[in-house]
Amino acid sequence: MLLTDNDLQALWLTVRLASMVTAILFILGTPIAWWLTRSKAWWKGPVGALVALPLVLPPSVLGFYLLLAMGPHGPVGYLSKALGLGMLPFSFWGLVLGSVFYSLPFMVQPLQNAFEAIGERPLEVAATLRASPLDAFFTVVAPQTLPGFLTAGILTFAHTVGEFGVVLMIGGNIPGVTRVASIQIYNHVEALEYADAHRLAAVMLIFSFLVLLVLYGWRPAPKKA
Amino acid sequence: MADIAARFRLDWPGFALDVDLALPGSGVTALFGHSGSGKTTLLRCIAGLERAPQGFLSVNGEVWQNEKHWLPTYKRPLGYVFQEPSLFGHLTVLGNLRYGMRRVSEHRIGLDRAIELLGIGHLLQRKPERLSGGERQRVGIARALAVSPRILLLDEPLAALDIKRKQEILPYLDHLHDELKIPVLYVSHSPDEVARLADHLVVLDNGRALANGPLAETLTRLDLPIRLGEDAGTVLEARIGQFDREWRLARVDFAGGSLWTRDRDLPVGSKVRVRVLARDVSLAQTHPGQSSIQNVLRGRIDAIADDEHPGLALVRVQIGESILIARLTKRAAAELHVSPGQEMWVQVKSVALIE
Repeated sequence: MLLTDNDLQALWLTVRLASMVTAILFILGTPIAWWLTRSKAWWKGPVGALVALPLVLPPSVLGFYLLLAMGPHGPVGYLSKALGLGMLPFSFWGLVLGSVFYSLPFMVQPLQNAFEAIGERPLEVAATLRASPLDAFFTVVAPQTLPGFLTAGILTFAHTVGEFGVVLMIGGNIPGVTRVASIQIYNHVEALEYADAHRLAAVMLIFSFLVLLVLYGWRPAPKKA
Repeated sequence: MADIAARFRLDWPGFALDVDLALPGSGVTALFGHSGSGKTTLLRCIAGLERAPQGFLSVNGEVWQNEKHWLPTYKRPLGYVFQEPSLFGHLTVLGNLRYGMRRVSEHRIGLDRAIELLGIGHLLQRKPERLSGGERQRVGIARALAVSPRILLLDEPLAALDIKRKQEILPYLDHLHDELKIPVLYVSHSPDEVARLADHLVVLDNGRALANGPLAETLTRLDLPIRLGEDAGTVLEARIGQFDREWRLARVDFAGGSLWTRDRDLPVGSKVRVRVLARDVSLAQTHPGQSSIQNVLRGRIDAIADDEHPGLALVRVQIGESILIARLTKRAAAELHVSPGQEMWVQVKSVALIE
């Protein structure tokens, strides 16, 4: 076997983290994207900017604030303690929470673009055919924006896999708990284990390329109504 | 008591709608006007696609909107046809038809009937992208019918189509007119479509209703600034009375007289509509005798009014129970001493058989 047990453990943890974050963001990001598409409220702009913030913010800055929030004196920390969940920093669930924030725009923006592209008409048609708004979302909007959902899911997953700064700030480097692949590569380099770093880096490189290949190589023809 | 009562006030930047209408609960009511007149907005208010802050709407006894209560579109038993067919691209034709039908409990019209009325049986397995524009719109109409609506709303269903496609769909709309028992509201800016399909006419301009009444009565009102331009005229309900096989002509009889027109191979006795444009009607003091215009009727001048152009007048002539409109120059009207109550000869140069 080319990869060490520690490497495999780190990869498996990375996959678990990315899957969990993608699943959570599908549930969380879809209504946010829908609201951003449809709302006429004045605070739509600020919310949109907030959602996009992780695109430009250095991950260490985001990680720093999350660390404070999740700490014993932060609001999230109080909440997690009160709920009996213990402290989140340096735990898997802390990583999940951090990654949800970090990857939020990668879920919301493709979805928002897809929702905007189909316009209001399909919803109006569905309403005249007796479909309630929720019904219309699942039977008309979702099927018509399926490519948008796929793009959003793939981007979110891939982006979470590639995360480093936030993990380092709030998760540290605990094997099997918070030591994801990108951290493991860092460890190899720190220890001057360049051969190990090479192997794991190659895995990440190939994975990232394949993901983008799927995204850009497979594009269904746009459907006309 | 009106079968449909619709009262809406709406203030948008640059546009206001202010109507209070009583409409018949059966037959086709045309909402006619130029673009920007508010006809589509009115239809959308009736459908609940727009929400007029102040309004009242009741359809055949059911209140859909009042001060306290506003029924969302998906709870209104209506069928709606958009200007563009707006079929669901991810479903087949059959999937589109079933979409609404599955969501209603009442199946008065039913899928088979809707498919038959619009002649789309051979298209059911196709995806919308593989249909022509005319076929798409027929599916759109069938889809609206398949929910067994209590009222059918059509928003310029032919406007996006070329002449050929229009001709393809119009016969199906005639069928609806003849066979459906439900009221139909038909938004249009085309005098041809109104003349062919409507029983009742509402003329809208700048967000207000200028006129609201039975078709022939409304078309022949001279006090209305109905800007039909060259299309000013009237529509008569008639029956085919006789053929002249040698000359390929048909006689159409209306209440008050009859007119000869080109034979369109319709059997004797069939109900038709004839459209007589004001520009094709002229008046004479004495019987014109030998003339290429062979439709000559006796009528009584009913009213005279200014036309759009200052040199022209519109004259309303009573022929039996029917009314024709003639367009003449004001000079001709003065020289002929055209005045209300006077009996004159009415020459009709051309008659359009519609339907």
